[in-house]
Amino acid sequence: MQKEFLFSGFGGQGVMFAGQLLAYAAMDEGLEVTWIPSYGPEMRGGTAHCFVIISDKPIGSPVTRCPQVGIVFNNPSFVKYEGEVAPGGLLAINTSLVSAQSHRADISLLPVPATQLADGLGDVRMANVVMLGAVLTAVPALPLEAIRHALQTHLPEHRRKLLDANYKALEKGAEFARSMVKSAPEL
Amino acid sequence: MTKELLKGNVAIAEAAVRVGLEAYFGYPITPQTELLEHLSQRMTELGRVFLQAESEVAAINMVYGAASTGARVMTSSSSPGISLMQEGLSYIAGSELPCVIVDVMRGGPGLGNILPSQADYFQVTRSAGHGDFHPIVLAPASVQEAIDFVELAFDLADKYRHMVLIAADGQIGQMMEPAELPPMRPLRDSTPDWALTGAKAREKRVVTSLYLKGEDEEAFNLKIQKKLKQIKKTEQRSVEYATEDAELLVIGFGTAGRVAYSAVEAAREKGLRVGLLRPQTLWPFPEQRISELADCVSGCLVVEMNAGQMIEDVRLAIGGQIPVTFYGRTGGIVPMPDEVLAAIEESYHRLQITV
Repeated sequence: MQKEFLFSGFGGQGVMFAGQLLAYAAMDEGLEVTWIPSYGPEMRGGTAHCFVIISDKPIGSPVTRCPQVGIVFNNPSFVKYEGEVAPGGLLAINTSLVSAQSHRADISLLPVPATQLADGLGDVRMANVVMLGAVLTAVPALPLEAIRHALQTHLPEHRRKLLDANYKALEKGAEFARSMVKSAPEL
Repeated sequence: MTKELLKGNVAIAEAAVRVGLEAYFGYPITPQTELLEHLSQRMTELGRVFLQAESEVAAINMVYGAASTGARVMTSSSSPGISLMQEGLSYIAGSELPCVIVDVMRGGPGLGNILPSQADYFQVTRSAGHGDFHPIVLAPASVQEAIDFVELAFDLADKYRHMVLIAADGQIGQMMEPAELPPMRPLRDSTPDWALTGAKAREKRVVTSLYLKGEDEEAFNLKIQKKLKQIKKTEQRSVEYATEDAELLVIGFGTAGRVAYSAVEAAREKGLRVGLLRPQTLWPFPEQRISELADCVSGCLVVEMNAGQMIEDVRLAIGGQIPVTFYGRTGGIVPMPDEVLAAIEESYHRLQITV
């Protein structure tokens, strides 16, 4: 079992942290995991991405050409990675900010208005956690409980007051994905 | 101890603290800066020496000075910074001082870029400075191995009174993986018998790299060559995967070795008899083991993140016995497993091995 996730979005959307949460949760579950960020000459307003690979065996390359799960938070990320998701994989799209449509028939699509849902919870910065909740509901690589635990243990001290808000965001995303699955049986 | 999710650079820094680093001198450069950043906090907290020098040239000469007092000392940089350090590295070698240098290699030549690279293989293995010497060079392929090699590096440095260079690349430095750090050890309470500690009430000691007479310099050279010969005999390290019945041997170090591991796994799934050897020491190069394996396989594929540097050592080890092919990417590009798999299939086909 190896699952490869790509998170991509604007700097500040929390894509690195969403990936780290997944990595922490995988580690806590006793799995092998690698997290690797883009650290090139990124520019303000440009995109940042990270790869997370989870496996029950030692992981070779921490980067893959065609991740099974792509999670895109903005238009440039959609343009860059829509075509790269492995056939049979899943592309989760933050439809609050991505206007483009995917025409790929060989992957599952998970459109989530993550920024709007987070805004509805009172904090747009929670879009990353909303998205993670949705993705892990569609692709149950890890239980949501593991993410809650990771939030509890790895959210920086000065952000602990946001713990409950993060739990709610995670649940909001999960709830949205469950409703999507009901309305889109191909997922 | 439990595993923590650690970034390579931070893991190396914290491991050094725990195995008794007494002084660090460095200068920031991507992709190793988190290493220096972590130490700036930890070393100060612990009342040990952390100094951000005005340049890499200054940093390595501070390492030279501190090492001559017998302190456990380290610096870190990335490719262009290591180039700047070469004069100091040579003086350190010429004075037989133990120290650890971490090179988180990036794309070059020149200012190049900040992406992961292995293009400094020649630079670090061939001498890392003028004069006749080789540093001991360790090449980690994971965060855990980077931690383990920090401890090994300090031990080898002390054991041989020699510099040890940890050659990582940007990917090892930036990646996070679960890893276990060593327990915190107390600092050493004694200094080696050659250390410059003030000659009050004892014979003076001299640490120098200056031997004006040819005979003296030659005698010194013979001494370090004898030491290097011993290191070459006893410190070659490598790990293997699926080499038992392999027809094609893939050789790669660090990140390239890891990517090659994925490709070898995929090749095995296709029924190809392919194995992997990943050198952990680049100097001394694991030539004994490669030479043994050359008797058992039909061909060899070298994978590197450069234009082909380690391949020369592979060829020397194999001595023309079997064909050696190469796959590499340059400029800071990390090859993808599918590219390496294609190179494996091509080499396999060229050797006309039937599945």
